Amino acid sequence: MSCLDIIADYGLRSLGIGERVLPRGDITLCHQFTLIGSGLIWNLYFGLLALALGFVFATALALAKAAGNPWLRKPAEWFIFLFRGSPLFIQFFLAYEALVLLPKSGIPVFGITIETAWTTKAWAGALFVLFLNTSAYSAEIFYGALRAVPKGDIEAAEAYGFTGWKKFRRILWPTTLRLAWPAYTNEAIFLFHATTLVYFSGFPAFQQRGDALYYAKFFADKTFNPFIPYPIAAFYFVCLTLALIGLFGVINRRLNRHLPGQSRPKLRIRPQIIR
Amino acid sequence: MFASCADPKTLEGLAWLMCYLTSGKHMLFYGSFLVVLALMLIVAPVALAFGFGGALAARSPFAPLRWFGKGYTAMVRGVPDIIFFLFVPVAMDQGLEWLRHLWTCPPTGEPVWSNGEFNVCAAAKIPLSTTPQIWHEVYGFALAVIAFAVVFGAFAANVLYGAMNAVPRAQLETAEAYGMSPAQVRRRILIPQMWTYALPGLSNLWLILIKATPLLFLLGVEDIVYWARELGSTKSAIYDYPHPDWRVWYFLALLVYYLGMTRISELLLGRLSARLSRGQATMAGEAMRKAGA
Repeated sequence: MSCLDIIADYGLRSLGIGERVLPRGDITLCHQFTLIGSGLIWNLYFGLLALALGFVFATALALAKAAGNPWLRKPAEWFIFLFRGSPLFIQFFLAYEALVLLPKSGIPVFGITIETAWTTKAWAGALFVLFLNTSAYSAEIFYGALRAVPKGDIEAAEAYGFTGWKKFRRILWPTTLRLAWPAYTNEAIFLFHATTLVYFSGFPAFQQRGDALYYAKFFADKTFNPFIPYPIAAFYFVCLTLALIGLFGVINRRLNRHLPGQSRPKLRIRPQIIR
Repeated sequence: MFASCADPKTLEGLAWLMCYLTSGKHMLFYGSFLVVLALMLIVAPVALAFGFGGALAARSPFAPLRWFGKGYTAMVRGVPDIIFFLFVPVAMDQGLEWLRHLWTCPPTGEPVWSNGEFNVCAAAKIPLSTTPQIWHEVYGFALAVIAFAVVFGAFAANVLYGAMNAVPRAQLETAEAYGMSPAQVRRRILIPQMWTYALPGLSNLWLILIKATPLLFLLGVEDIVYWARELGSTKSAIYDYPHPDWRVWYFLALLVYYLGMTRISELLLGRLSARLSRGQATMAGEAMRKAGA
């Protein structure tokens, strides 16, 4: 069986396409690379969607936390403290156990029953938790950046007659993003790392469709040799991290394009966030 | 625990709850909180020592040592920490057994890793299968401590490396001008002065360490997550204290526990930060000087 056959069989195994039975007995390097790479699809799915949805919600949360009105500020502060102050692992467990308790037959709302079974699946439930979690972390970053917007910028905007939405859209928001971007890059990288927790935290891997680390652990348990699958998974994640740094670097350059070369902030990866 | 709990089936309401929460299994659950605390208190100094070694190695003038230090600090940036938590204990365990295998076992001529199995003779198992259960648990816990120390040592090395670079160059040059040797400069100036710069990063690490402790569950240690799942799951009538699926409440309790730990740590670290900023040539130190004057 050549490596190309194996890729054809197992390349999309994590989505349920291709061979159902996982390899046993004769496990080659090609099997390990293919299946672990196949699992990476889920890491990408969780990471990209949570990041994209979380970005919007985090902006709203940061604005709420910076608002003068305590009815906006207090809930935002509590939300951020709740998700930043507790382990993601516990959040996953708690969310799963809470979702399991929803009535199996669905919730009747105005005569229509809303299905609940799908919420306990990893693709929905875990994504939801990751979305809330990254929103809280990003909101704190955006809030810090919002507070660091130079006073002169805002005064200049007001002198030009910018108010309300227009002031936010044209002045505050771009500067906030520019200031927050290095820290936000960090957050994005560690969000992708955090996606490896999903299948270890209660959410079942339906028909053994798991993420990269799920398959790495599968191989480590099957072959009793941790020295091959885990470095392969690590290799994939290093590549993913480098790709992220590249992508965020491009955006960083775009955000800072009006600044003279020397004063543009460089992206530095500081490992400060795990959940 | 209490005499009144002898027959739980007859109890109701608060008395039932009190007996339920003091049952033997629950005592083990409360004990596992101590396991988690012990893990944090052991890992923190060990990881700090690892970090110190890593940061000093990364500053070393001797190139291979410097590469090792830089490699160690770069390790955690690209790779999820969970991979290390899964990898290090198994790798350590197999490595130690393999060494012991070379030492004690008669040569069989067969490779240790073959046909999807890891074969060492019975005399090379760590701990030996004849040792009491408690030592198996201690060994598992020790491997977990090493895994945590390796990962958090790398994080700490990053923080300390940055802090050492942040000590004002002029202070080190002054020390050199007084005729101190590099080792003296390091011991008398660099390391004492570094702490105020390292503290924000280290306090961040402490908060991260608190939040990483539930991962003990992945390493097979009977920690609070294990007991929360165990105790919360549905108990049928054959148990002394039958109840439906209560796991969500147990995890809610864990969530509150962690939030409390985070809050207390934040308050304590805030005080420590104020203490270390006193008299320093930083913004915080300057603000304190002005407030006092």
